[in-house]
Amino acid sequence: MVVGHGMVGARLVEEIRRRDPRGEAVALTVVGAEARPAYNRVLLSTVLAGGLPSAVDLLPERWAQDWGVDARLGVSATAIGDGVLRTTDGDVPFDDLVLATGSRPRLPPVPGIEQGIPFRDLDDCERIVERARPGVRFAVLGGGLLGCEAARGLAERDVKVTLVHHRPHLMERQLDPFGGEVLAAALERLGVDVRLDTVAAEWDGGLHLADGSVLAADELVVATGVRPETGLAEAAGIIVDQGIIVDDRLATSRPRVHAIGDCAQHRGAVPGFVQPGWEQAAVLADLLTGADPAARYTGTRPVTRLKARGVDLAAVGAPAALAGADVLRFVDPAGGRYAALAMEGDRVVGGAVIGMPETAATMVQYFDTGAPAPSDRLGLLLGRLPATTVDPGRLPGAAIVCRCTTVTKSALVTAWRAGATSVAALRRATRAGTGCGSCTDTVCGLADWLAAADPDPIAEGAA
Amino acid sequence: MTRTPTHCPYCALQCGQWIDRAGAVDAREFPTSRGGMCQKGWTSGRLLRHPERLTTPLVHGEPVSWDAALGYVADRLRAIRTEHGPDAVAVFGAGGLTNEKAYLLGKFARVALGTSQIDYNGRFCMSSAAAAGNRAFGIDRGLPFPVTDLAAADVVLLAGANPAETMPPLMGHLGEAALIVVDPRVSATAERAIATGGLHLQPVPGTDLVLALGMLHAAVVEGYVDTAYVAQRTTGFEEAWRIAAQWWPERAERVCGVAAADMRAAVALLARARNRYVLTGRGAEQHAHGVDTVTAWINVALVLGLPGRPGSGFGTITGQGNGQGGREHGQKADQLPGYRHITDPAARTHVASVWGVDPDALPGPGRSATELLNALGRPDGPRALLVFGSNVLVSAPDAGAVAERLAALDLLVVADVVPGETVRAADVVLPVAQWAEEEGTMTNLEGRVLRRRRALPPPPGVRTDLEIVAGLAEHLGVPGFPAHPAAVFEELRAASAGGPADYSGITYERLDAGEALHWPCPAEDHPGTPRLFLDRFAHPDGRARFVPVDHVAAAELPCPDYPLRATTGRVLTHYQSGAQTRRIAELVAVVPEAFVEVHPDTAARSGLADGDWARVASRRGSVRARVRCVPSLRTDTVFLPFHFGDDQAANRVTNPALDPVSRMPEFKVSAVRIEPERTAG
Repeated sequence: MVVGHGMVGARLVEEIRRRDPRGEAVALTVVGAEARPAYNRVLLSTVLAGGLPSAVDLLPERWAQDWGVDARLGVSATAIGDGVLRTTDGDVPFDDLVLATGSRPRLPPVPGIEQGIPFRDLDDCERIVERARPGVRFAVLGGGLLGCEAARGLAERDVKVTLVHHRPHLMERQLDPFGGEVLAAALERLGVDVRLDTVAAEWDGGLHLADGSVLAADELVVATGVRPETGLAEAAGIIVDQGIIVDDRLATSRPRVHAIGDCAQHRGAVPGFVQPGWEQAAVLADLLTGADPAARYTGTRPVTRLKARGVDLAAVGAPAALAGADVLRFVDPAGGRYAALAMEGDRVVGGAVIGMPETAATMVQYFDTGAPAPSDRLGLLLGRLPATTVDPGRLPGAAIVCRCTTVTKSALVTAWRAGATSVAALRRATRAGTGCGSCTDTVCGLADWLAAADPDPIAEGAA
Repeated sequence: MTRTPTHCPYCALQCGQWIDRAGAVDAREFPTSRGGMCQKGWTSGRLLRHPERLTTPLVHGEPVSWDAALGYVADRLRAIRTEHGPDAVAVFGAGGLTNEKAYLLGKFARVALGTSQIDYNGRFCMSSAAAAGNRAFGIDRGLPFPVTDLAAADVVLLAGANPAETMPPLMGHLGEAALIVVDPRVSATAERAIATGGLHLQPVPGTDLVLALGMLHAAVVEGYVDTAYVAQRTTGFEEAWRIAAQWWPERAERVCGVAAADMRAAVALLARARNRYVLTGRGAEQHAHGVDTVTAWINVALVLGLPGRPGSGFGTITGQGNGQGGREHGQKADQLPGYRHITDPAARTHVASVWGVDPDALPGPGRSATELLNALGRPDGPRALLVFGSNVLVSAPDAGAVAERLAALDLLVVADVVPGETVRAADVVLPVAQWAEEEGTMTNLEGRVLRRRRALPPPPGVRTDLEIVAGLAEHLGVPGFPAHPAAVFEELRAASAGGPADYSGITYERLDAGEALHWPCPAEDHPGTPRLFLDRFAHPDGRARFVPVDHVAAAELPCPDYPLRATTGRVLTHYQSGAQTRRIAELVAVVPEAFVEVHPDTAARSGLADGDWARVASRRGSVRARVRCVPSLRTDTVFLPFHFGDDQAANRVTNPALDPVSRMPEFKVSAVRIEPERTAG
């Protein structure tokens, strides 16, 4: 039995049926509070930005019938009994229970904030989109990942956006102060008014700030973070800290009750992103179906990737690492580019990269795999080697000009001196350019260079 | 001196050649090669009168007459078959054989030997692309359009293809296009892309599928879907998109290592151009999930509306000289001539009637190449193997295990031109004619049927493959095996009639008159089909199919004992197992021995420097190779060319894990370590 039909709950169902297609090992019941089929929540910011008309379903259309799953959507679980789950649709017995209840918005104690629109599910997203007509003034409260994505998405819709954040820099859980500054500048360039160190005091159709001023806004989007949804577990006496405590088998303190995704706390960490939840779903599916009884979840390395058009941002590890001694740093405020990589020996242990996509991809790879990073630290910081262009005249003699027929520069020079003093003659004498023809320009360039360097080669050859 | 027009013996581009009666080779104007040839083609004539040329049959190393050799083989085959049943005899063909040979070999196996055990080295080459093409389009023709169409391309994406190295004259058609090259290495083709303002996407080996999913996602989100095309000409988009929706570029990036921004840039480049193509090569295909990887690229092409549109398209770049024709006429375990399926009752009835046998007498599908080699000499496996045109000891995965299997046979017969590695392991060696010494047809990478012509006679004592098959059939007392290529082609025409690859309208006379005939060509007054899919795809509903595919990790991932990923590939101056090109001094001078490309840091950590001899080891075996430090290589990847034999054979380390659909081995990813070679040679 699975409680929760969000991204992680649905993934678990798919992973279980991938291992047990006919339901021989596991009979599945799914309870989900949202009546609509599970959808891809990660794409909400894409929907908000206008990239997609709506979120995309996670499972095939007839998943419940085809996979033999008892799906009870639009049904809420109310309590966990002994081998039985109490729901708004009656009691359901279970052998194993998986809690994938996700998280809910964390609202700061600001009067009137409940009148704002949270940015959490598809309904929220649709409400925001509906109100985002050109000229409407939006305040986005919260400068974390989701707030930044929401602000960027709204800016694409031609509305006036102010991003209000109570800390001195954006995304402080992922970025160091430098990175936060570059991000803020990037968002400003894209039309987002960023207010830092700004605390909201009240929302009443305008946003009152703690310093007494008022921010004029027509709509408020609240993205002040989430907290794990642990109510069911707590009520059942299952041990909960920030999230429901689970071990490497994703087991809670209660036998045969498991928890995965945003509601679970594993080795002190609560995911907040989908990737750990999906990895947990794969491990738990191995265990529940018996496909791999030795499967264990040992954690997911923290990688953050902002999904906001025009702002390429990646962060790995904790920002504190960037305050250490062994940090490679490139700062280009004017160009909106920033890269900081914290090293420990030859390993990448933290980092933040903005506006340098190749560097971001490379950093994530070395961070994820723990493989030793290249000793060429400048190359690492650039993400790839710059392309070089070659002046044919400066080529060394052994350089191959025509790859197709392996003709070196010195072979061409020799042929020229032997009397092949035109491009056509060089082709005949050496076969250079008789394959794909792509070296023709180089051969022509060499011929020009030889003609200039050696004004009367025929006379010389004749002598 | 009289010159004969023919085509190069090597790759599927089949460059035009002139050959004179002394065997001298010159380039000939031809649409695919535009009067060009690479160094292999220019030097191909050197093998015609090579001192190592095999010129007499050998039985256990002793020269014997043809009659004695064929008689011996026939007797042994008969005895083995009597004792162990017809499937105890197996046949292994090649994508370098002419259509006539591929056809006759398939017929010989099923009719003269009565065995189901026939497959060929194309399984190591085109099988994944072929399966994906059949699944998506209902037919498999490498390029469903003429190569020359590429000259008008604005953008070409090459997924795991390195034509600048492997098929150089093809690059002449790509001169005007912006290239997007997908390759874990900065290959010669990638260099060209970078230098001409294109893109190089450098994925972790074995993650190409994720890259394609990320690009499909980007195409949808950025609004590049050709919705009218998807609605009118395809089915299955929703299900494919449901999976790609879960691979937003930033997530795909984390797996494949290609920057999300580059995925978007690549899609934008493709989507905004007028004429654009997506082409795959072995880099995308030679995986345990190669069919799905090709499918993922097809899905990208479909969402952009490319296949079946004039001036755009999807294709795969066939490798071996007759890699296309070789997979159409029955030397594949599950196939009958005309690209028919051996389990299809109507196909069996048609082909049996051409062959004059009872359909029920035809065997069913046999083992695929890797499985066939792995079964040799085992209790339920074949005890005799006939090999034509393939050097399996070098070209098959896990070469060490292949050597053990060959040694376990009661009889190994190899027909070849020079004493390559597999020849040296054979009980019976049959010397055969080369391309310039025989007649026949080849089907090039664009499905065009070409005439191979005899410019000079083979050396005394040498026979053609067709003469050998006909001679064996005669010694076995089975009629109906002509040795003359024209006669075999007439049979092939009839056998292929009505099949997907229909050659019935193609004749030697039409080809000799200079007609450019692409199959299907169902009648002698039919002009052939240079471009497929313009009106409809080959599925019954006329639509192309999106097939939903998802990422599966490589069969073998790096671990502390084998921390690197090895990938294999080619160099310009050698061809396949190198049996031919390693005997041509001018080519050997360029690349004389096996090398391993390593990032300088990885080399240094392993105690190696540029030019050292290294040993690259996997769970299966190890290979000796000279270190080449390449700063542009990924630090977690090493590259081995596979053209070398014995202890330099890259396939001693490769993984025989097979694709579930195509049975393609995973040549492109194996977990290895690298260390200094102590007994340097």
